Amino acid sequence: MFDDKKIGEIREGYRKWTDVLEARLAKRPERKGDFVNTSDIPVERLYTPLGVADFDYMRELGLPGEYPFTRGVQPTMYRGRLWTMRQYAGFATAEDTNRRYRFLLEQGQTGLSVAFDLPTQIGYDSDHPLAQGEVGKVGVAIDSLKDMEMLFDQIPLDKVSTSMTINAPAAVLLAMYIAVAEGQRVSSKELRGTIQNDILKEYSARGTYIFPPKPSMRIITDIFSFCSREVPQWNTISISGYHIREAGSTAVQEVAFTLANGIAYVEAAISAGLDVDEFAPRLSFFFNAHLDFLEEIAKFRAARRLWARIMRERFKAKDPRSMMMRFHTQTAGCTLTAQQPKNNIVRVAFQALSAVLGGTQSLHTNSMDEAFCLPSEEAVQIALRTQQLIAYESGATDTVDPLGGSYYIEELTKEVFGRAQDYIDKIDELGGAVSAVEKGFIQREIQDSAYRYQREIEKGERVVVGVNRFQVEEESPKDLLRVDPSVRVSQMERLKRLKSERDSRRVKDIVSGLKKAAQGNDNLMPIILDAVRAYATLGEICDALRGVFGEYQPVSTIG
Amino acid sequence: MDRERKIRVLATKPGLDGHDRGIKVIANALMDAGMEVIYTGLRQSPEQIVETAIQEDVDVIALSFLSGAHDFLFPRIMELLKGKGVDDVLVIGGGIIPDEDISSLKEVGIAEIFGPGTYTDDIVKYIKNNLKR
Repeated sequence: MFDDKKIGEIREGYRKWTDVLEARLAKRPERKGDFVNTSDIPVERLYTPLGVADFDYMRELGLPGEYPFTRGVQPTMYRGRLWTMRQYAGFATAEDTNRRYRFLLEQGQTGLSVAFDLPTQIGYDSDHPLAQGEVGKVGVAIDSLKDMEMLFDQIPLDKVSTSMTINAPAAVLLAMYIAVAEGQRVSSKELRGTIQNDILKEYSARGTYIFPPKPSMRIITDIFSFCSREVPQWNTISISGYHIREAGSTAVQEVAFTLANGIAYVEAAISAGLDVDEFAPRLSFFFNAHLDFLEEIAKFRAARRLWARIMRERFKAKDPRSMMMRFHTQTAGCTLTAQQPKNNIVRVAFQALSAVLGGTQSLHTNSMDEAFCLPSEEAVQIALRTQQLIAYESGATDTVDPLGGSYYIEELTKEVFGRAQDYIDKIDELGGAVSAVEKGFIQREIQDSAYRYQREIEKGERVVVGVNRFQVEEESPKDLLRVDPSVRVSQMERLKRLKSERDSRRVKDIVSGLKKAAQGNDNLMPIILDAVRAYATLGEICDALRGVFGEYQPVSTIG
Repeated sequence: MDRERKIRVLATKPGLDGHDRGIKVIANALMDAGMEVIYTGLRQSPEQIVETAIQEDVDVIALSFLSGAHDFLFPRIMELLKGKGVDDVLVIGGGIIPDEDISSLKEVGIAEIFGPGTYTDDIVKYIKNNLKR
């Protein structure tokens, strides 16, 4: 980016500056001997044009909205339209959660994000024995279309976009959403939103799997194919690094393992006979915004560039939209501290700013009280206001990729890209992401990083304000949001009523048809849609599939 | 008390919660401190946990929970242990557990609850000082 003469001058100047500095450092050393970031990348004292002297601008960065999308997926980014402010929410019953959604929409939130309880995420109805103690706790309990209708009561599905954190039973919840829309006379073609539908990171990091990898990948490709025809504006998957990072990975591992999973989904869909440009434009991603502000910004940019390369060079995609990595971001839940919880407001603010400077398409900001419980209304309002402050007051949104061209950011972007690529090569050698999970490789890498991080905190090498430095005596928080255990009882009553009111013979017929379809190769989506319309429950549908597909047995990676 | 043998710990995730970062970090720390750790993985029912604890003849059960079902699952595990006549196993818990729940968990026999920010070294020390056999 500079001519040879200028580079020579800079090199000469840098050398002199270093000589003078060395003498001074002998007397007054820096705070630490080595500066490294969370991915173990050494951080230099100073970055200059010397580091980017050979940089090929058009190849590495290009222009926003153009390959390789390093500078952003839209030509005008936030000058055109701000990111979608989307707070993940859900608890107790569909009625309770519906009230929270309407509160959030009134407060200026621009999209919904559904948190389901664990029984729903694992395909059990609320009356299942394993659901005891869990119903409505970490999200809303959904047993049938009846609950889903209440969840979206008075929310026009042609106006909002909805993201659903649902993986193993994603096909069922998507079918319910389509059926609710039918009830509102909204065509599936108008629906906008996302299902997470990313089973591979469930095996390695998040834990809400049901079926083994092979049938899980088949359901996912069925969804890709069905949606490309019937729900064309829907994001059919949100390939998620968020949970990989929460489980303890580094920033580089987050990018690498997420993109390796992405590669596995693309390969599965191509071998199921789909054309890459038919489904790839609807793939979306989900990342974590962690503490190291500049490393995070570089991470987002590197991930975009790497995905674009993979799609164009490895999968020969032709449609630029297939190469364009669109992603949601959530601030890092694992960095919230129970100690001095108001400090979390500030942590969330700079994490959120890193996501915006990294070019995110939508954002969830955590609430300060989430190290204790589900967020209170006051805490979630501050979290949403944090996004609005960045959007409307900070000025960070007025130009595209404001940190592009920073010597440090560009070198770091290159470094994250290269190290993530090395990991992907290694996963390829292991036979791809599915095989790497089955061998326990990804799980071990994540847990080793998590352990190292914890040791660094305990040894005081990593400062956590309020935890290992600057502690105070404090009282425990009061008035936490709690879910009433009677939610399970009311869900069970509702299920009983549903089962007595619906046409049970019809449900039985459809469910046995679903089993047959699961044994064959037909797309499962149309029949799942029929099942939910007839008010078959989530548990009934998932049990039918469990009967055919079996359940995933995890490998042990401890000891 | 026979301390020739290593301290045996059952590290486990009751219920449906999938957050295993904390329990895995603790399992690693306990192993580094010379203990023998049996890690069950996710989705253990109270019955499975109690059965494994008895079969493996553990000195300690470490329960991790972050989804809020501790109020049901922890007492249930203690009840089953009691029913089997097991009273010499140290049971500890951790995760996202509100302070106001801790006293009722201690009443049913959970010895200690370790919240976010706890040092693994403190858990090691606690176990060594509070073994029941």
